[in-house]
Amino acid sequence: MKSILSLLEKDATLTAKQIAVMLGISEAEAAASIKQYEENKTILGYKAIVDWDKCENELVSAMIELKVTPKLNEGFDKVAKEIEQYEEVSSVFLMSGGFDIWVLVEGKTLKEVALFVGEKLAPMEEVLSTATHFVLKKYKVDGIIAGENIKDPREVISL
Amino acid sequence: MNYNTLLSEKAKSIEPSGIRKFFDIVSEMKDAISLGVGEPDFVTPWHIRNNGIKALERGYTHYTSNAGLIELRREIVNYLERRLNLSYIPEDEVIVTVGGSEAIDLCVRSLINPGDEVLIPEPSFVCYKPCTLLAGGVPVPIVTTVENKFKLTAQQLKAAITPKTKLLVLPYPNNPTGGIMTRDDLEEIAKVLRGTNIMILSDEIYSELTYGREHISIANIDGMKERTIVVNGFSKSYAMTGWRLGFAVGPREIMKTMLKIHQYAIMSSPTTSQYAAIEALKNGDTDIENMRGEYNIRRRLIVDGFNQMGLNCFEPEGAFYVFPQITSTGLSSEEFSEKLLYSEKVAVVPGCAFGKSGEGFIRCSYAYSIKSINQALERIERFVNNIASEK
Repeated sequence: MKSILSLLEKDATLTAKQIAVMLGISEAEAAASIKQYEENKTILGYKAIVDWDKCENELVSAMIELKVTPKLNEGFDKVAKEIEQYEEVSSVFLMSGGFDIWVLVEGKTLKEVALFVGEKLAPMEEVLSTATHFVLKKYKVDGIIAGENIKDPREVISL
Repeated sequence: MNYNTLLSEKAKSIEPSGIRKFFDIVSEMKDAISLGVGEPDFVTPWHIRNNGIKALERGYTHYTSNAGLIELRREIVNYLERRLNLSYIPEDEVIVTVGGSEAIDLCVRSLINPGDEVLIPEPSFVCYKPCTLLAGGVPVPIVTTVENKFKLTAQQLKAAITPKTKLLVLPYPNNPTGGIMTRDDLEEIAKVLRGTNIMILSDEIYSELTYGREHISIANIDGMKERTIVVNGFSKSYAMTGWRLGFAVGPREIMKTMLKIHQYAIMSSPTTSQYAAIEALKNGDTDIENMRGEYNIRRRLIVDGFNQMGLNCFEPEGAFYVFPQITSTGLSSEEFSEKLLYSEKVAVVPGCAFGKSGEGFIRCSYAYSIKSINQALERIERFVNNIASEK
């Protein structure tokens, strides 16, 4: 039931009952599928998508590219598993192309993030180099365009 | 000057559309939710918009030929072949019009002599009757019922035909009811029309928005193509309402006359829109599929919502409207709509705006976000419960 996931991905506040109606299935069926997705971690979690730029205590985010020496028999997993443990790290991806691992770090200040990279990531034995890019403005986040709510532009018409 | 004595009697006799009635109020009202608008909430897909922009950048700012860009007409023909199994000749059987509405007007004006009767299944879109009247024709409503899923039946058609009948309007998938005609339904209609001189104006603007089964054009039924003008467009299928672009296809002789009126009244349809439309037809099939999927989800949600609150709601199989029955509240369509707007700030269209037979129903569009639909349903339910407890 991929469509359950599509609906929840767009709006995680939908209830099993609402989803059931929208897809023309029974409530029990919808609830069971959702439970299964949660248990096998197809659904990783539910959270609000926050535009921190609108808040007083802003959040600094940085995208860090790491070049890494893979370990024998373990590839990149060992270093990735270590990096994912840090609370400051919100995402870790293995990448193709010019670098190997991509880390999204969030912190309160520029300095805090820079220090984290300098003190925690860069010194790791497998890490050959780091490149830190600070996010200056978020235009679109997880499929949602940031900014003000746009009023329905449709005007009154005889149709 | 006393303008009233100057205005055309015929134009004066046309009633303004009942759909607009409450909606000027809605735009002034804070926190109002409207389920009134009959157009997609989606923005035209970016690749289509971009092709319009590219056309402007390249300086394609001139008129096109009267019938429209030949490249677009070829794409229209391809599309009709691909999606509806219809075949037409781009050179002289296609006209690109300013929306489906212009195509309807052209068709009626090309065919109707004073006194000719035009059969119009109701409830239906508001323009057929005024177009007929302006052309000097006589609109003959045929009342379709919820018991028959708002279909036109062969018996009804047979009973409405007189020696003066010139044209049958076939408005399916239907606005406002969401009713459709299946192949079997159309075969029955065809049986009645075969051997007559009655023409068909098949308004298929919602052809891409059917749920559960594919739309069938009556031009596809044996012996019907020669008497059918198919009207379609880009507004509903590709969310391109503001581009104002539609088309008509049909027998060459009729198209020639329609083109004559079009060339004097309009000259040619907007050029930018035509370039955008080429891209829509070439690469827009998945856009349609995605939007249809989204509408279908909302359709199920809103039908269930009305049935849950005790307003009997026919399950629509096409377009993006539901047409729930509100007679159980004891209110007329107009009273219901007006009271709902003032007490709960939800705007819907009274069914009677679509012909007398729409009385006892309201039209709600589900071209709205799931959030808006849920909020509106909550408010309508509260309204209906309040009426019940007042009784």
